[in-house]
Order: sequence, then C-alpha cells, then structure tokens
Amino acid sequence: MSGYEAVIGLEVHVQLATAAKIFCGCSTRFGAPPNTQVCPVCTGQPGALPVLNRRAVDLALRLALACGCTVRGRSRFARKSYFYPDLPKGYQITQHEQPLAEGGAVEIGGGARVNLTRIHLEEDAGKTIHGRSTSSVDLNRAGVPLCEIVSEPDLRRPEDAAEYLRVLRGLVRALAVSDGNMEQGSLRCDANVSLRPAGSDALGVKTEIKNLNSFRFVQRALEHEIARQRARLAAGGALAQETRLWDADAGVTRSMRSKEQGRDYRYFPDPDLPPLWVDGAWIARVRAALPELPRARRARLVAELGLSEHDADRLTRERELADYFEATVAAGGAPGRAARWITTELLARVPDPRAVGGAPVTPERLAGLLALWDAGRINSGLAKRIFALMWEGGESAEAVAGREGLFQQQDASVVEAAVRRVVAGSPELAAQYRAGRRNVLGYLVGQVMRTTRGRADPRLVNELLRRELSDQD
Amino acid sequence: MPTVVEVARGIRAREQSAERVTRDRLERIRSLDPTLRAYLHVDGEGATAAAREIDRRLDRGEEVGPLGGVPVALKDNLVTRGLETTAGSRVLRGWIPPYDGTVVERLRASGAVILGKLNLDEFAMGSSCESSAFAPCRNPWDPERVPGGSSGGAAAAVAAGLCLGALGTDTGGSIRQPAALCGVTGLKPTYGRVSRYGVIAFASSLDQVGPLGRTVEDCAALLEVIAGPDARDSTCVAEAPEPGSLLAACGRNELRGVRVGVPREYFADEGGPEPDVAGAVGAALAQIAELGAEVKEISLPHTGHAVATYYLIATAEASSNLARYDGVRYGRGRRGFGDEVKRRIMLGTFALSAGYRDAYYGRAQRVRTLIRRDFERAFDACDVIATPTSPFPAFRLGERIDDPLQMYLADIYTLSCNLAGLPGLSLPCGFTGEGLPVGLQLLGPALGEAVLLEVGAAYQAATDWHERRPPPGRGAARGVAGGRR
Repeated sequence: MSGYEAVIGLEVHVQLATAAKIFCGCSTRFGAPPNTQVCPVCTGQPGALPVLNRRAVDLALRLALACGCTVRGRSRFARKSYFYPDLPKGYQITQHEQPLAEGGAVEIGGGARVNLTRIHLEEDAGKTIHGRSTSSVDLNRAGVPLCEIVSEPDLRRPEDAAEYLRVLRGLVRALAVSDGNMEQGSLRCDANVSLRPAGSDALGVKTEIKNLNSFRFVQRALEHEIARQRARLAAGGALAQETRLWDADAGVTRSMRSKEQGRDYRYFPDPDLPPLWVDGAWIARVRAALPELPRARRARLVAELGLSEHDADRLTRERELADYFEATVAAGGAPGRAARWITTELLARVPDPRAVGGAPVTPERLAGLLALWDAGRINSGLAKRIFALMWEGGESAEAVAGREGLFQQQDASVVEAAVRRVVAGSPELAAQYRAGRRNVLGYLVGQVMRTTRGRADPRLVNELLRRELSDQD
Repeated sequence: MPTVVEVARGIRAREQSAERVTRDRLERIRSLDPTLRAYLHVDGEGATAAAREIDRRLDRGEEVGPLGGVPVALKDNLVTRGLETTAGSRVLRGWIPPYDGTVVERLRASGAVILGKLNLDEFAMGSSCESSAFAPCRNPWDPERVPGGSSGGAAAAVAAGLCLGALGTDTGGSIRQPAALCGVTGLKPTYGRVSRYGVIAFASSLDQVGPLGRTVEDCAALLEVIAGPDARDSTCVAEAPEPGSLLAACGRNELRGVRVGVPREYFADEGGPEPDVAGAVGAALAQIAELGAEVKEISLPHTGHAVATYYLIATAEASSNLARYDGVRYGRGRRGFGDEVKRRIMLGTFALSAGYRDAYYGRAQRVRTLIRRDFERAFDACDVIATPTSPFPAFRLGERIDDPLQMYLADIYTLSCNLAGLPGLSLPCGFTGEGLPVGLQLLGPALGEAVLLEVGAAYQAATDWHERRPPPGRGAARGVAGGRR
C-alpha cells in the first residue's frame, strides 16, 4: 500500500523560561506544593485583571527571530472560551487572528526545512489531579507563559517529526527560551496527520493526535495512526476528521471527539489587554542579544576547529555541552581529542548533557589531561584511569598521575626489558609469530602492558616486540 | 445636609469628630434603610473603627488624607478585602475577597470611611435595581418607584443621606441614570481614567468606576482620589489628571466662551424624552445660555444604532466575563443567576458563536467606531454636549421589569458615551409635575472631565435643584417649583 503519502504538521507548546507568569507576578517554579504560587489574577478572582509580562514577549521574539519569522508590529490577545475545572476564568488568553509572528522555518537534518505557520503567546491552564472519588485542581501552572509553534504540513515521515522536535528543543534550549523538558511538560506536542495519494497536492481528512509526551511517542503514535488511516483507506473506508488520544500503554490512538463534537471557542479580542505593539527598536534589541544558534555553531566547529560533522552535531545538540567543549579547547585541549573525549568518556558519566557544567572535572582540568596525552606523558589507557580518579577527587591530571605513578614510562630500556621478559616467557607464541601468525602480536602487547601496569607506550611496545621477535629470526 | 467637601474640612478643623459623623450616618441607615434597601451589607464595626482611627491620628497631629473621616459607600461590585462582595448575585453570596480593588485601596488611603456595600442590579445588569438578587432598592423620592440602576443603591443612599458620597460603576449609564432618577450628581469618567482592577466585570470595554455625590464638587473630590494610572490595569490611561485640577475646575460661576452642543437626534419624535423631562432640560439649557455659554444644535448621526450596538458588545463581553461562575469555584452554580443575567449570557454567547460572530459582534464593533467618530466630529464644533440623562423619570417597581426592551430604552441617552469611551455627568435640573427629579446629562471629549465639572459647577452655583432633599416620610415630594437662586 505504498500508494499513499503522509502529511504531518505539528503544534508544539513550549513553556517560556520567565521567572513570573505571563499576566501576574506569581512564580513559575516547577514542583511547588499545590496552589502556593497563585494570586487573584491567575486564579481568576472576580475583578482581577491581566497585565502582560513583557519578558515573555522577549523570549517568544527570540525564537521567532531565530526561525526567521515575520514579527507583527501589532498583535492581539484573544479569549478562547471553553469549560474545564482547571481553567479558572472559563477562557484561556491566547492569540488568535493576530499572532505575534508568522512564517519562518526550522531546518532539520540533511538541509530539509519545516516551514512554520505562526508563533504565538498564550497562558497555560491549571492541572487537574484525579483521585479515587474526588478531583483536585492545582493552579500553580495557571498563567505560566507558553509559546505555541505551529508548523506547516511539511513533514512526511514520523521519524522526521521526531527529528523536527529534537531540533526545536535544541533551538529553544540554545536560545534559553525554555528548558524544553518534556517530562515536566515544558515542551508538549500535538500532531496533525492525513494521507493522500502519492504525488497529489490535495490534503486528505486529518486527525489530530494529543497526549504525545516524548519524542518516541510522537514517532510511534504517528506510525500507528498512519497505518490505521492507510488500512481504512485501503479497505475503501472513509476517515472522520477527529481528535484522537495516544494511549502509550496500548500503543494505539483512540478517538476523543469528532469535528461535529468540536468546541466553539467563541474567540474575541480580550478587552482587558490593549494591542501588543512590537516596534523595530524592540526587535533590534532582541536580535542583538541572540546567542549563536546550534546550526551556526555546528558549522563553525567543523570549519574552524576541524571537527567531524558527527562530533559537531553531537556537541551542539545541547548548548551546555558545546560550551563545555569550547571551554576545554580554550584551555588548550586539542579540538579533535577533546570532542571525542567529551562525547564518549564524559557523557558516559553525565546522564543529562545539560548538567555538564556541574561535572567534577572542569573543562580546564580536562584540557590538562589531554595536554599530558599530547605531550606523550600518558597514553589513552592511563588517561582513562587518571580521568576516573579526577572524577572522584577533583584533582588535576598532573597531581593524580604523580601521586598514583601513572605517567608513561619514559625509560625505553625498562620497556625493552619487559618486552624481552615476555618474549622469553612465551616461546610458543614467539614461534607462532615467526611462523607467520602475526595476530598473536596483540596478545603479546597486552602482556607487556600488564607487566608495566599500563605505563608503557603501546606504540613503543609494538615496535620493540616486532624487533625482538625478528631479531631471533 | 453637609457635603463631602464640607465634612472633610470640618473634621480636619476638629469642628466635629469623625466618629460622630460616621455614627450619624449609621443611625440614619438603621432608621431608613429597612424601607429603601440601598445597602446590601453595612459594616458598622469596621466603619466606626476606621473613623476612630482618623480621630486618633488627628489627636496626634497627623495628616489624615483629603477625605479623612468622610463616610462613603461602595457599589457591591467593587471588591473589598475581608468584606463580603456579591455583585448583587446569589452566585457570589458569601464570597469574602482576599484583596482590595484599586479604587478601594485609594479611598482607604484618602482617609474615607467605608460604611458598607450598596445594592445593584445583579452583576450591574439592569436599569432599575429590581434585578438585585436580594431585594429591590427603592427611590427615596417615592418608595413605590425604582431608584434606577444599576447603581441604584448608590444613588438612593446619597439622596437619602445614608452616605455622603458613593462609588458606582457605569457600563451603559449605570451611574448617570440612577443619579438622575434620585436627584443626585453622578460622573462617569473617561474609559481608562479610573482603574478597573477589583471591579467585578460586566462588559470590560465599557465598565468604568465613578463617583456619586450631592454636588459636582463632591464628585470632583472623589474623582481626585480614585483617578490615575494603575500598573494592575493595562487599559488605564497613562496620564494622571494634575492633582487638584478637578476640584479647581469647580470654581467657575459663569460660562462665557463655552460652546454647548445639543444633539437633535436625542429629541426625535420617536424615543424623545417625556414632556416634563424635555421641559426641565430645556429650562436648564436656557439657564446655561444665560450664564454666557453658546448653546447650539449638533448632530450625532449614528445615535439610532447605539442601543443595538451596545447590547451586542456588552452581552458578548458579559458572556465571557461570567464564564468563571461555573459552579466549580464559587459555591453556587449557574442556577443561581437571575433571569436578566441568563438572558444576557445567552444573547452574548450567540453573538460570539461561530458563523454569527461577524454578523453580530463584528458588525457591532464597526458601528461602535462610527459612533466614536460622531463624537469626535461633534467636539470639533462644541466643548460639551447636553442631553437629558433619561427619557423618563423614576418609574414604578414592576412597570418595566417584564419587558426587557422597554427597560433597555432607559439607557438610550447614556450608552453612546460608554461606546465612545467618553466622560459623562448627570446633575439634577428640575422636577416633573409629579415631583420626581429630572437629570441633565453633559458629555465631554476624552479626558475632558474638567470641562464637565466647570459647566456642572457653574450650573449648580446658579441653581439649587441639587439641594432639594426627598421628604423624610413615605410618598413623593410635591410641587417643587422654581430652581433658580
């Protein structure tokens, strides 16, 4: 059934990293006891009025400018009416007909572009916690600033949708617009998907999938939904425009409501909030403060520091990781060696790359370790052992290696003696080598390294072994 | 009966104690309010304590603020910390707000003593005070008649001397119309002149807080305290009036060089005022001309569309503002709403529905712009506009309550001013043959409160209509002739 192609568009909600909520001064800190970060405004008390937190606009503008969107000089907030117990005013303040920004695009792997429809600001609702016999409402989250990013239906494959989300998350983190944390709900995604005959320009009947709270779920839900639609169409059936819910346990999407049951949100401009004017000076101010974006940074690391595309991509997915890398290079670490060390040894010890700034081995210390290696004073095996000890004790590489006697053996005669001993102790292997079984050399190198407690230079060992074995030839 | 300005001066001069002044008002409330029902809640204890505190501060030689010791009262849609606030609705009965609205905060800071919360039509929706969920308020001039609305309790309380001044809200005439029907002075400021933070919203783009008092000067004294920008209301105008400028505007006693426009549409055959009202307003215009003003006819061509426009916009916004009273948070559910409120929620919900929004809400917004332009053009040719406040005087309880359209016409002269966001003043200008007060409305350009106060104060300096008091007993005042000093 390859006659169909999928058309996918995503609506992503990102929690903006402001200290205060979007329309009042309450804190946005995650994880506080329920209803401790509330006031008359965000609980919708009679008579309370919203006042826009301009910091939230700053952050949304950052993202809009980074994506090349067109910022509207005048945008408006609207009321979106629906009933839900955790929506204290009975409406959500959002932007409808006049969003903050329109157009723009996000580049994903391989130079593909996902065009954006719009980026707008809105407030979050509270959280309903369902108990056995009662439900409780926590309004700490009510009024937390969100930025909604709506993509054009440019995606064709579920894995591209997941990739788009990864890139978008990297972008909001690089811009310090959001922590992009899906588990805490600061990045949320709804997906729209429809099928059409391959090569057609028409759009098929779409469904909207909600409750996608990880990259993996986005991909799996889309895969499932595409298969479901395809099977239905192949059987000659029709699809209904509807909202479906992803059931992660069952691995299926389930119908939530049809278009006919869809809500009439009765949008109208919020009379409590005057139009939002963003002038050229405001845009210029935000643009001037934009940090280097992941894509530009990746290109620079390749061009200026000679990293591989792979290493550069891996390092720039999280701003903190790239910062760590560049600090290591600035402290004297060789770029290629630093990149590989960080993406392998360091990341093996840091579960969340964004926490790398708090690692017990600082970039300066790591640079010190790599310098010893470059100078031939240690080898890779010693480097790993020293690194492990540095991680425990927070000392410099020099100090650890000195104390533990982990410098490479500089006296070639000591290594030579060890080589002779090993060859003398393994006459069978020596004979096999001389008979042409060259691969026994690796074992013999290992033996020498063991007897020198890893302190021999492996290249020197190799060379001396070869000579020793051929001498007696 | 003394005015706000006189009492404030007397207390500061230690001629009388603040506590005595407040106790007098509380006593009067006890004797008259069981009939009038101007108050929903009287805070006797809190008021007495606040008055004593004023006296103590004066004893210590401290400043007490411009309204130190003056007993005032608040329409019950103004949020008061720790004092039950219901907006006249069962839905909010028992709600004790955790905060003070901005105007309440400013009043307290000025030293005013808050006697209690005043009756109103439920959520300020009505023109008679009959749709109060608790009890209809009555007109002190004739308790068989309504005080007007929705700030009916405020107008009745000022007229009967149950407070010296009051704050009401005006969405389509809710300060000016009851002021006219009760023979007191009421001012609806320019939209954005006074903070709406802590005003229980009816229609957010139209609501505005304003003072009611016996004189234009008292209204100015109250407005001095409550006007000015507020960081908690982003629809507030950024500029504050020059301190003292509003009171200073009340010093005029002639009107040379002032151009007063009279819109011909307000006197059309259909929807024109009743003859007694037309007569009193005509005499007032003659008086104003005698004071030196130039009185001329002007035109506001879109006047005929104002009622329809208003009831689309006001109900649309109301349907959204009242969505929070869904039964989840405030004790009583939606069944607690009265008929008029339900009617407006349904009208507004319809006007915003998909497929109808542009034809109703959208078109109303466009007509609103035309009405605003009418006024802008008119104010090129005149400084103030004069009209009757209401086409008829106080009507009998029950006379219009079953006919919403008849009730809506009570605001026919007042609601254009809200649509255009302009200031409007109503002041007593005579009586009907039955002895019921008639109000003259003055409308000004945006932020033109001062010119309204100038004209109004000059008129009150030349007349004594505002000094007439309702008779103490039951029944209407009779045969109040004259008017000129």
